[in-house]
Amino acid sequence: MELKVKRMERVDGIKEAMFLPGIINGLRLTVKHFWRNLFGARDVVTVNYPEEKRHVSHRWRGRHRLTRLDNGFLSCVACYMCETVCPSKCIHIEAGEHPDLSVEKYPVVFDIDELRCVFCGLCVEACPKDAIRMDTGIVSMAYTSRQTFDFTRDLLRDSYDPNTHSNPKYKDKDLPTPANQTEALPNSHGVPAS
Amino acid sequence: MEIILDIIMIPAVLACIKIAVIILLFAMPLGTVLTLMERKWSSMIQDRVGPNRANIGAFTGHGALHLAADGLKSIFKEDTIPKGANGFLYLIAPFFGLIAAVATFAIIPIAGPIGDFTFQVTDINPGLLFIFAITSLNVYGAVLAGTSSNSKFALLGGTRASAQMISYEVFMGLALMGIFMVYGSTRVSSIVDGQNEYWFGNLIPMWGIFTQPLGFILFFTALVAETKRAPFDAPEGESEIVAGYFLEYSGMRWSAFMLAEYVSLVGVAALMTTLFFGGYHVPWLHLWESAPQWLVTVLQIIKFSFVTLIFCWFQIQLRWTVPKFRFDQTMGLGWKKLLPLSLVNIIVTAFVILTLA
Repeated sequence: MELKVKRMERVDGIKEAMFLPGIINGLRLTVKHFWRNLFGARDVVTVNYPEEKRHVSHRWRGRHRLTRLDNGFLSCVACYMCETVCPSKCIHIEAGEHPDLSVEKYPVVFDIDELRCVFCGLCVEACPKDAIRMDTGIVSMAYTSRQTFDFTRDLLRDSYDPNTHSNPKYKDKDLPTPANQTEALPNSHGVPAS
Repeated sequence: MEIILDIIMIPAVLACIKIAVIILLFAMPLGTVLTLMERKWSSMIQDRVGPNRANIGAFTGHGALHLAADGLKSIFKEDTIPKGANGFLYLIAPFFGLIAAVATFAIIPIAGPIGDFTFQVTDINPGLLFIFAITSLNVYGAVLAGTSSNSKFALLGGTRASAQMISYEVFMGLALMGIFMVYGSTRVSSIVDGQNEYWFGNLIPMWGIFTQPLGFILFFTALVAETKRAPFDAPEGESEIVAGYFLEYSGMRWSAFMLAEYVSLVGVAALMTTLFFGGYHVPWLHLWESAPQWLVTVLQIIKFSFVTLIFCWFQIQLRWTVPKFRFDQTMGLGWKKLLPLSLVNIIVTAFVILTLA
């Protein structure tokens, strides 16, 4: 087999040997960029991340949230569809009777371990009631303790305000601390609440 | 008051004050600021944001606090000595470069003399030969750092640095020969004053760049190679020999190398201004005969600083424009191109001077 060799044309001659025309050409380019960026920084495409955030598509699968009905009750009917379909087994639901008679069944416990979640979105597709969504636009979850990643029912319901959904600069600051979480609802970690 | 004035006017004391002022108010601050400016300007050239994270509360000063952060980090970092290193040589090596860089400013005038008082530490007769002597001291810094670190990378870097610097010293001297011939002296003040004359009435000042255009390019190339900056930064080739001869250094000693690089960058800029751009002389200022002395001096300092700053910027711009020469290309460029060209420059200059005379 004959080897295919591509021979590059090399430009030789006094112009190349002098280096100066090449250097001046290069300087013309870099000086142009320098001056344009010195006054106005028009070419800089960097996003200063913590202060500025990139636009996130509404189809991005971000952190989960539980939706509410118009009357304020959770949409979730604790049908276990999402828990069954979840490939990483990160959802834990315990169904219960609601004190209000208009609600047939509701999740007493609805935990998602965000550290186990693979963000596949199957729970959203499986849900018959549109009760769980991943449209929060929260793309990075960076917390300092593992407990913070155990999202309980009330946290999933309250930590995202759909009215500010249009705001891309959603601030992820006012999360309840793990202490408040247990106050809101005992975090079962798969163990039924006592 | 009288006594204080008398003490100040003692030549030795006066020289010390001048050294302190020129180094502490001109060379060092400019060199320090350039370490940040290099990062900032390179980011502008490459369409990046550059350093902007160091802050005190909400104040970042567009990255200006990185200077303080870098300094603090260097001071508190451990000053390590590698196992098997020659301790004494290893510890003193950084200061050769720094001293050589700072000593350049000894003969550079930043403004015209007022009476007996000169804005120059010393105006010695050898003048520029002193610069050559000092820059060859620079080699010791690289060589000692390379050999005493007990590291193969550092040794290779030191070897490259010494070979390159010793080679380019030759052309540096030869390229400047034309200047000596045109202005008839090696004394800096004579060269600067020679550049205050004009051609065609008062049209074109006799600056070095006009009398010695080829010498300007050659000398500038040699000086850039002498400071080991891009495109002649083979001694620090990161992909081959990591950081080169100062690989093993840490903390403030490493900072001394960096500071030496930037102070010598300022030194190169000041030297180019002095030799090729009229030094402190403001062009066509002599036409305004009634100008007060203080205004002339201020204008001269401004002009000198401005041109120096332009040259600092130009060297940084050059570094982020030109790709690096391979080491054999560096030496080839020096011995095969710059050496014949500088000899031709000397001969042509000699002929022109003889014909005009």
